[in-house]
Amino acid sequence: MSEQEIQLDLERQGVFLSTLNRFYNWGRRSSIWPMAFGLACCAIEMMAFGLSRYDVARFGAELFRASPRQADLMIVAGTVTKKMAPQVVRLYNQMAEPRYVISMGACATSGGPFRDGYNVLRGIDLLVPVDVYVPGCPPRPEALLHALITLQEQIDRQKLGRVRWYGAGDRPQTSDFPVPTFGAQGLEVEGKLIDPVGGLPLLSPYTSPEQGEQKSGRIEHPEIVRTFPIMDPTVELEHALKAKGVAPEIAVDDLKRDEVDDAQA
Amino acid sequence: MLKTEELQINIGPQHPSTHGVFRMLVTVDGETITDLKPVFGYLHRNHEQIAEQNTYLQNMPYTDRLDYFNSMANNHAYAMAVERLAGIEVPERAEYIRVLMVELTRILNHAGALGFLINDMGMWQTQLAFGMREREKILDLFESASGARLMCNYFRFGGVARDLPPDFLPRLKDLLIALPSFVDELERLLRENEILLQRSEGIGVLPRELALAYSVTGPVLRGSGVPYDVRKAEPYSVYDRFDFDVPVGTVGDVYDRFLVRVEEMRQSKRIIEQILEQLPDASGGHINPKARQNVRPPVGDTYARVESPKGELGFYLVSDGSGKPYRYKVRAPSFINLTPLGDMCRGYKVADVVVILGSIDIVMGEVDR
Ligand code: SF4
Repeated sequence: MSEQEIQLDLERQGVFLSTLNRFYNWGRRSSIWPMAFGLACCAIEMMAFGLSRYDVARFGAELFRASPRQADLMIVAGTVTKKMAPQVVRLYNQMAEPRYVISMGACATSGGPFRDGYNVLRGIDLLVPVDVYVPGCPPRPEALLHALITLQEQIDRQKLGRVRWYGAGDRPQTSDFPVPTFGAQGLEVEGKLIDPVGGLPLLSPYTSPEQGEQKSGRIEHPEIVRTFPIMDPTVELEHALKAKGVAPEIAVDDLKRDEVDDAQA
Repeated sequence: MLKTEELQINIGPQHPSTHGVFRMLVTVDGETITDLKPVFGYLHRNHEQIAEQNTYLQNMPYTDRLDYFNSMANNHAYAMAVERLAGIEVPERAEYIRVLMVELTRILNHAGALGFLINDMGMWQTQLAFGMREREKILDLFESASGARLMCNYFRFGGVARDLPPDFLPRLKDLLIALPSFVDELERLLRENEILLQRSEGIGVLPRELALAYSVTGPVLRGSGVPYDVRKAEPYSVYDRFDFDVPVGTVGDVYDRFLVRVEEMRQSKRIIEQILEQLPDASGGHINPKARQNVRPPVGDTYARVESPKGELGFYLVSDGSGKPYRYKVRAPSFINLTPLGDMCRGYKVADVVVILGSIDIVMGEVDR
C-alpha cells in the first residue's frame, strides 16, 4: 500500500492524518474566489456558471469579488482588445498571490473569431501566464466547471516549500508583470511592438505557472510579419465590376445607379 | 466655511456592475453628479471591418456576437437584410419559427436585464438567480433547436437552419404555463419592495422630447411614453398577423422602464400563444429550397430593421455584386440608447449611475462592435 492509500484507508475508519501540504492545499482549492470581471460574450456563460443551475458554490468558488485585491482567480472571459489589455494586466498585478488565471473561450486564448481584427489581442497569455485554457465559443458552463476542477487538481500538486510566492527555493519572487503601453503601431511592452496588425504576435506567450512561467521575451517571427489585407495597398479586393471598368464606389452612389445597371447589362 | 470643489472620478472599465467594459468619467459635487462622459471602445472587436471580408453567410455567426444576449434577434435582422438585397422568399413556416424564436429571445433578454437591474440596485445576485433560472429553460429550447445555448446561428437566408425538433412544442407549452408566475413574481418584487421603489421611482428621468431628440428606441423610448415599436410601425415578417399591445410608461424613469419590460414579457407570451395556434405544418418546409446560401446579391444597398429587445436593430448593407458585402453597417440600439446617459444622470447621486445604466440595458458587444 502506498502512503496515500494508507491515509485514505485510515480516513474511512475515522482517523484523519494529513500532511501540511495536503491540508494547506485543501484549504486553498476549496475557496478559490474569482474576480467578477467579464469582458464579452463569454462572461454571460461565466454568470450562468455562477448561478442556480450550474452552481459553482459546490466547488467553493461562488464568491465573485468585485475587487482584485480579494480575488484568487481571474477568469478572462471574452475578447481582450488592445484598449483593454493594459487594464487586464493591471488588474492581474493587483491580485494578491497566490493567483490563478483561466483563459475562457477562443478569444481570450487566441483571439478567436476576431483574431484578424486590428484591435484584438491574440491571446491573453502574451501578457500574463495562464493556468487553464478553456476552448469553445462560448464554452459551456460545464466546460468552465471542468477548468475549475483542473485548476484544483493543479493546486493539489503544489508543495508549500516550493511555491513561488514565498520566494523559497531557487525561484525568484515574482514581480509585477509589465503593463503594455500604446505605441505608434499598437501595443508595446518595454518599447517593443508585441502584436502587429495582421502579423503574428511578436512575443512568445508565457508558459503556464506549472511549467515555470517563463517567457523568452525575444521577437519570435520577425521575418514573417504580414500586413493585413485591407491595410496593404498591394492586395486588391475582389470585385465583380472591376473587369467592366466600374469602380466599386459607384455602387454606393445612388445617382449613378443607372450607369451601374447599364454596365451590368 | 468649508471649501469644496468638484471631483472627477472614473467608474470602470472594470466595475462591479454587470454591464461589461464601459467607463464613465463622472464629475461630482459631493454626491451629486454634475457631468458624465461615457468612454467606450474597450470591446471594439472590428465587427464591421471583419464582416466586409467575409462572405454573406460567414457573417451570420458574427451577428450572434453583437448583442450576445439575443443572438436570434440579430440573426433575424441580418437575414432580412440579405434576403431583401438578394430577393429571397421565406416560406411561411420559417417566418413563424423565426418570430417564435425572437419572441422567446425577448423574454430571455428582459428576464436577464431586469435581473441585472435589480442586481445593480444592491440585491447582489438574488434576483439575478431568479432571472437566470427562467433563462436557462429557454436556452434549453434553443439548444434543442439550434444546437447551441447562446450563439445560436440558427437563421439562414430563406429560412432557418433546421426544423423544430419533435419535442420542442410540448416543452414550449410547459414553459408557457410556468412563465406568468415568474413574471408576476418579478413584478411584485419591485412593486412591493420599498427599497427598490426608492431607488427607481423618479430616478434617471428621460423626458419624452429628449428621448425623441436622441432617437433612442426600444423600452427606453417606450418608458418615456412614446408608443413606437418597429413591429407595429413597419410590420415585418408575420407580425401583422398577431394581436399584441405596445406598453408605454408615463414619466420615463427607471421604474417605468422596468414596468415596460415586464409588460413586454407578457405580450411576447401572447404572441407565442398565437404562433402556436397559427403555426403551419411541416409540409411548407423550414427553408426555401431555392435559396442559395452563398449569395451574390445584385448591386445595390438595403436597410432592414427589426425590433430587437433592446430597440431598433438595423443592418445597412451595400453590395457590389460580389460574394462579400461592400459595406456592412449596424445600427446598434444599445449604442444609440446610451447617448442620453449623461443627461439622464445629471443631478442624481453617484449610486444612481449604475442603476440608470442598468435600466438602459446595454450590451457592450453591440455598443463597441
Ligand atoms: S470566445 Fe466567442 S463567445 Fe467568447 S468572447 Fe470570444 S466571440 Fe464571444
